[in-house]
Amino acid sequence: MNYLKILLNGIIKENPTFVLLLGMCPTLGTTSSAINGMSMGLATMAVLIFSNLIISLIKSLVPDMVRIPCYIVVIASLVTLLQMIMQAYTPEVYASLGLFIPLIVVNCIILGRAEAFAAKRGPVESIFDGIGIGLGFTIALTLLGAIRELLGTGRIFGLELYSENYGMLLFVLAPGAFIALGYLIAVVKKVAKI
Amino acid sequence: MSKLTISLSPHVHSGDSVSRNMYGVILALIPALIASLWFFGLGSAIVLATSVVACVFFEWAITRFILRRDTLTITDGSAILTGLLLGFNLPSNLPLWIIIIGALVAIGIGKMTFGGLGQNPFNPALAGRIFLLISFPVQMTSWPVSGQMGYIDAETAATPLAIMKNAIKEGNSELLDKLPSSIDMLIGQTGGSLGEISALALLLGGCYMLWKRIITWHIPVSIILTVFILAGIMHLSNPVYADPFQVILSGGLMLGAIFMATDYVTSPMTGRGQIIYGISIGVLTVLIRAFGAYPEGMSFAIFIMNGFTPLINHYVKPRRFGETAK
Repeated sequence: MNYLKILLNGIIKENPTFVLLLGMCPTLGTTSSAINGMSMGLATMAVLIFSNLIISLIKSLVPDMVRIPCYIVVIASLVTLLQMIMQAYTPEVYASLGLFIPLIVVNCIILGRAEAFAAKRGPVESIFDGIGIGLGFTIALTLLGAIRELLGTGRIFGLELYSENYGMLLFVLAPGAFIALGYLIAVVKKVAKI
Repeated sequence: MSKLTISLSPHVHSGDSVSRNMYGVILALIPALIASLWFFGLGSAIVLATSVVACVFFEWAITRFILRRDTLTITDGSAILTGLLLGFNLPSNLPLWIIIIGALVAIGIGKMTFGGLGQNPFNPALAGRIFLLISFPVQMTSWPVSGQMGYIDAETAATPLAIMKNAIKEGNSELLDKLPSSIDMLIGQTGGSLGEISALALLLGGCYMLWKRIITWHIPVSIILTVFILAGIMHLSNPVYADPFQVILSGGLMLGAIFMATDYVTSPMTGRGQIIYGISIGVLTVLIRAFGAYPEGMSFAIFIMNGFTPLINHYVKPRRFGETAK
């Protein structure tokens, strides 16, 4: 299969946030600013690439009956590694994402791609799927974070576009996440005609 | 020979229509409108005019350019009514751009997103008010003292509800002595949002709507009675909770009970359902006012129960003719 097609599939046709609506917990919880959304997306992408690779390599060794626990063990080990790396090298991002990093273990995008893609395909294809889906997730989270940050505080990536006094506080809070996500999905569906 | 018309029933129609009811409610709001102009003068006029014009404009623009419908819905009065009710829920010195955002949220998010009048699960004016209250807490909670005619630089003061909240927080019932008298609160000599201060004018409008059968008694009476009884019990058990008469006269309770909660689209259809809805709003209002983070709970209570309305409609259905009780 064409690798580019797999890549684009993850970004557009099966975008986890806009089309599959998977992983809503980090999508709504961590996108209070563009930088938070992007870090969460990249962290998830890192885990996704390696979990897809390892699972596609071990798929013939794992008995069908216990495949989900085996996948979870793989994913959990990767997330623990990632958590320690982030704690060591990017302590600020680690502090702002907090509990959402260990929660990547139960992110249904990762388990979903393991089941739907990596368990059936070769390792190289699985890596490309991990990159594609991970990029799709990162783009969606960054976009949502940027919109919420702009409307809520008047900034994008910390760059002030207008005074914070004109920001709508609701968009930084939880209800704003739901409202912004709803309209973003509507606009993306209209534009991309998915 | 006259033509024979063949049509489905009903053959006799009272002439009732959406716009007739909407303009009826607008007519019923006139006493409160006059009261708000009397107490807040120019500020009230500017806020209300901006709110109504912005709501009608957004309704027109969204139907025309986003939904691409040819039907003109702005003449049915519902956008004017939403604008009026939104304006009534705002302080009289609110900056114009905040009012315009509120109108956009009320019409755009609260109403047109769901498909327009009749399909909105939540009261649009309340959606606008709650959005503004959460987004701009400072501007939305500095109410000018009544009796000032200007728009900007008005002197602000604590509302009766803020005084009540403070008394509960401090656990000191003497703080309640600062409350205005019940008569002042009935007429409207107190601080608060534009249209909510004069309970008398709102009651007058409510009586007009009951007389014209625009609304039934179920929702307003059950809300006000529930709040009165609950607040009475709390007042008797501990004097830091305010007098029940002052509780029902303060804040947006009258405006909410008579005009906001009775919105056709977002309230239950049957009388029994409306009483369940009203009692729940009353209980939630008292709980939020006494124990919640905000001094006023009316708008949140109505909004929460708007969400429960489909559930109430599902379980409280009128018995069909011929059906026996189980």
